[in-house]
Amino acid sequence: MSSSSYEPQNKVAKWVEDRLPVLGLLHGTVGAGYQAPRNLNYWWNFGSLAGFMLVVQIVTGIILVMHYTPHVDMAFRSVEHIMRDVNYGHILRYIHANGASMFFIVVYIHILRGMYFGSYKAPREVLWFLGLVIYLLMMATGFMGYVLPWGQMSFWGASVITNLFGAFDFYEGMGDSILQLLWGGYSVDNPTLQRFFSLHYLMPFVIVGVVILHIWALHIPGSNNPLGIDAKGPADKIPFHPYYSAKDAFGLAFFILFFAAFVFFMPNILGHPDNYIEANPMVTPPHIVPEWYYLPFYTILKAIPHKLLGVIAMFASILILFVLPWLDGSKVRSAKFRPMTAFFFWLFLVNGIFLGYLGTKLPSDIVFHVGEMGVDALTLGQIGTVFYFAYFVVIVPLVSRTEKTKPVPTSIAEAVLGSKKKG
Amino acid sequence: MLKNIKKIGLAALAVSGIIMGGISVASAAGDSAYPLKKNEWPHAGPFGKFDKAALQRGLQVYKEVCSSCHSLDMVAFRELSALGYNKEEIKAFAAEYDYADGFDDEGEEKTRPGKAFDYFPAPFASEQEARDSNNGAFPPDFSLLAKAREHLSIFTPWASVYGEDYIVGILTTYHEEAPEGVEMVEGASFNEAFSGNQIAMAPPLSDDMVEYADGTPATTQQMAHDVATFMYWAAEPKMEERKEIGFKVMTFMLVLTILLYFVNKSVWAKLKRGDED
Repeated sequence: MSSSSYEPQNKVAKWVEDRLPVLGLLHGTVGAGYQAPRNLNYWWNFGSLAGFMLVVQIVTGIILVMHYTPHVDMAFRSVEHIMRDVNYGHILRYIHANGASMFFIVVYIHILRGMYFGSYKAPREVLWFLGLVIYLLMMATGFMGYVLPWGQMSFWGASVITNLFGAFDFYEGMGDSILQLLWGGYSVDNPTLQRFFSLHYLMPFVIVGVVILHIWALHIPGSNNPLGIDAKGPADKIPFHPYYSAKDAFGLAFFILFFAAFVFFMPNILGHPDNYIEANPMVTPPHIVPEWYYLPFYTILKAIPHKLLGVIAMFASILILFVLPWLDGSKVRSAKFRPMTAFFFWLFLVNGIFLGYLGTKLPSDIVFHVGEMGVDALTLGQIGTVFYFAYFVVIVPLVSRTEKTKPVPTSIAEAVLGSKKKG
Repeated sequence: MLKNIKKIGLAALAVSGIIMGGISVASAAGDSAYPLKKNEWPHAGPFGKFDKAALQRGLQVYKEVCSSCHSLDMVAFRELSALGYNKEEIKAFAAEYDYADGFDDEGEEKTRPGKAFDYFPAPFASEQEARDSNNGAFPPDFSLLAKAREHLSIFTPWASVYGEDYIVGILTTYHEEAPEGVEMVEGASFNEAFSGNQIAMAPPLSDDMVEYADGTPATTQQMAHDVATFMYWAAEPKMEERKEIGFKVMTFMLVLTILLYFVNKSVWAKLKRGDED
């Protein structure tokens, strides 16, 4: 179950370990002696890919900071200085900017994999919580990072998103106080840029801390697996190295190919063109949109025509994931054996993508026509929002408790080797 | 089993992609009465390189026409080496401009000729001065304009609008007379590509406005094409270096990925046969 305890073979390592057991900690965290279920599929690669992206973002970010100036008069120009004058600065910036998108792609797949295979269920609830905390920290970090180039979308995105917190106006002046604290003044301005810069540098290291806890919490029950059943005997498990280190290495190389295609051949496709215009508080862009990874939540916000309720719905749409382990009452973890759950899971995914698509539209935009009647983005966003919450509050609790599940194999080894013989 | 999950996943993604693609196309088609014409750009695509002759011609158009109103703040003369000019030519080019150089012993402002490290000078000292000279409108800086006007779509690449096409569109789709029923703002010109169709800039180009050093006939279309190429270079001067590195990275990673695929396969071979224990 737990990883084998570390026993240093070499004299120097033993000397160090006797005085400060840091090598043992590393051994446990990295998972050198970690035993994993033998049947993990490629969806299980995304955890290590997320770890890789965190390192890429921190390394490129630290170098970018050496050339960046967090001041409203100089930030935009200093980013262009990186793009034009710094050796390989354009590559570094494109890696960092596209890296944020890649990090979110990987993490979304990682979260959805957890949802499909029931990785959030007992005994992995704390592991799931820590993952959600990482995701929330990433959202904050990504948002503040997007403000730093001080383009038009940086500025106006920052204005729209920070203004949301003004909705928490529970007593006279509370909303304004929150906003003044966020802005460091009375509008998005230099103090805002500087505090966002400071926090954007801090947060990734907080994420590193929570990632260590996340991996620690993983190594206690061990990885879930596509069958969702507990690994029992030694036949069910294999050492992480060399099996999963080899699989992760292949997956990582393939992922880097995908990543590099964006960085080198379409570096601006995921960004907004208006961010190549310097921030101008006097000119509002016709259409303010956040980065793609926030779009579904932006649609949920816009779907509710009441500011406070909209903000609450937006936060609730993420926070509701924390109670998922209890909303799901099924005895079986993996959706492989829960056809109804699987069906609704895919519907949930398509709905999420659709909400993201609607996020790029103005509420009044007509998305399609039914006969003579045009259906606008607001109506569709409201339908999508209702489904989003209904999935958690109605569908998952009911389906998980009533669904007749398919027979679950008794052991991983039997399922894996048995099917091999048949095939 | 695993194959099924992948299939379902891919199918779901494909279906949603198609739905969205269809929706985007439907809505994009309804956006404008004047669809933007697409041009051929030698620098487009993964193998594209800048057409240096076009860049030089574009620089000439910028210098002789556009620069009387539009700045190019972020481009230094030294960067013109990318257009195929040598050091001497760049020095001579820079020396044509004067730069403030402090004060002399009498307290009078001094100037000096431009050097390679200087940036293109702005035509107006301030935004206010620019607006005063341009009927209230502010001619945008050219340094990043080509990238600030592109609208790339990842799900529907065919619906993408490139900044260079937009620039050519602006420069070549003026109407002498506004279409019937369109009320024009005082001083504005009717332009198909411009948002709202009323642009403060009077038609800037006309045939044979410049005399190209290389003898290319200076049609409006040709000049628009050349200056758009130049503006894309100004916005993304490291494009060629980026693509070159990109090819090395992709080639290396492709080989590494193939090798790691076989490493992974051989590591798992024994286990897959189920005879490891």
